[in-house]
Amino acid sequence: MAVSEKTIEEMTRNLQLPKNILDNLHNELEETKVTKKQLEEIIKRVVEGYEYACIEACEAAGVVSAQSIGEPGTQMTMRTFHYAGVAEINVTLGLPRLIEIVDARKNPSTPMMSVHLKEDYARDRDMARKLAWNIEATHISHLGSLSTDITEMALIIELNEKVITQREITPDEVAGKLEDELGLTVLIDGNVLTVRPENESYRELLQLGKNVENVTLKGISDIKRVVIRKEDTIDEYVLYTEGSSLKDIDDLDGVDMTRSTTNNINEIYEVFGIEAARNSIIKEATDTLREQGLSVDVRHIMLVADIMTVDGEVKAIGRHGISGEKASVLARAAFEVTVNHLLDAGTRGDIDELRGVTENVIVGQPIQLGTGHVKLLAAKRT
Amino acid sequence: MVGGSNPSEPVFYIFKGMNKVMKGSKNFSLLDHNLVPHHLLLSENEASQVLKKYVIDKEQLPKIKVKDPVILEIGGQVGDIVKVIRTSQTAGEAEFYRLVIE
Repeated sequence: MAVSEKTIEEMTRNLQLPKNILDNLHNELEETKVTKKQLEEIIKRVVEGYEYACIEACEAAGVVSAQSIGEPGTQMTMRTFHYAGVAEINVTLGLPRLIEIVDARKNPSTPMMSVHLKEDYARDRDMARKLAWNIEATHISHLGSLSTDITEMALIIELNEKVITQREITPDEVAGKLEDELGLTVLIDGNVLTVRPENESYRELLQLGKNVENVTLKGISDIKRVVIRKEDTIDEYVLYTEGSSLKDIDDLDGVDMTRSTTNNINEIYEVFGIEAARNSIIKEATDTLREQGLSVDVRHIMLVADIMTVDGEVKAIGRHGISGEKASVLARAAFEVTVNHLLDAGTRGDIDELRGVTENVIVGQPIQLGTGHVKLLAAKRT
Repeated sequence: MVGGSNPSEPVFYIFKGMNKVMKGSKNFSLLDHNLVPHHLLLSENEASQVLKKYVIDKEQLPKIKVKDPVILEIGGQVGDIVKVIRTSQTAGEAEFYRLVIE
């Protein structure tokens, strides 16, 4: 006699198992009819299997992770200088990118955002393009030609009619923006703008030309380029940007902030918080390794991400981060810049409690790992 | 083991999104973002139960800054304990706790 769904639910409710295993179990049980006795046996075996798969107490999980990420990393070095494009945008890949992630660099060498769009924008190429023009930084060189008239001591900007209609910017707006940024009067004559430097000097005129070129007329100044790509999997247009500035795209209409991300982990931390940064570290590291054809178990990467975010901010692995903050002097000295650490500790009169692994290896004591972590206390027989 | 860092820690109930009023200039709720797991402020009672379960002091928990955007949104104070319900690739769902600090 097969058991009902209700009994299955009752019997599995109080199991100390992760959600994934429970879901799997339920799915399997839905398809196959089992008797109560069989179900008991199944549950017993599942729990047994789960407990067998769990990591042992006192296991050196960190060292296993370090090796498991480090070994494939050695294979990456050979292919270091490869760049590949996601939608024609260059992104750092391979070992340099992995180093960037674990070093928690403030600014990655190739910041990039993927901007997802809201319903009506996501299906319409023209709407998406319009939004892209609002994100991409527009400079005078995009809009027309710039020439210096030495006899008149003036800078002449000829705006291209077609481009300015496409980018939805009027000569008045361009002139207004330039006046705000430069503090000079701009004369408008149709599509031709004329600017004169404050003093009639050749040098100032040249300098003015350079300044005009640097003014961001429209869009976000950090975003050098925007590429629109249709993602077939979700049937939507997605914008990919060269340069990253999550805070600024929040105000734009049509941007779906709940799905937009960047590859700059520090920016994620600032805008979305520490838990999002942790998720981002896991995602970026896994993607980097997978792109190189290396498969590292996600648990190792999760451990790294957990350690990097445990104090509520993103910390680097290494001398300036986790390793440099160890409590033990000997452990720090064993890692990098040995003399400095010993000298500082000596002048301060630091005390090493010899609680960690490295210190105890140095002084030749049993380390607190595995069987070395277990202490036996003998009870007095009375 | 410090905190609920064990991904195998089972979760027996699912928390339905109860997003608070949005703060600041944000046009969306942070908790709706794909990368942000659900954060939940614990009451005094729940907090002491967590500490009892893991046999640890508050300070031994992982930390979260009081200026963290998510903490600003859910309105946490220094000393509060936040429960984070992560979607885990290995366990499906995992609980994590963080102490709110300066």
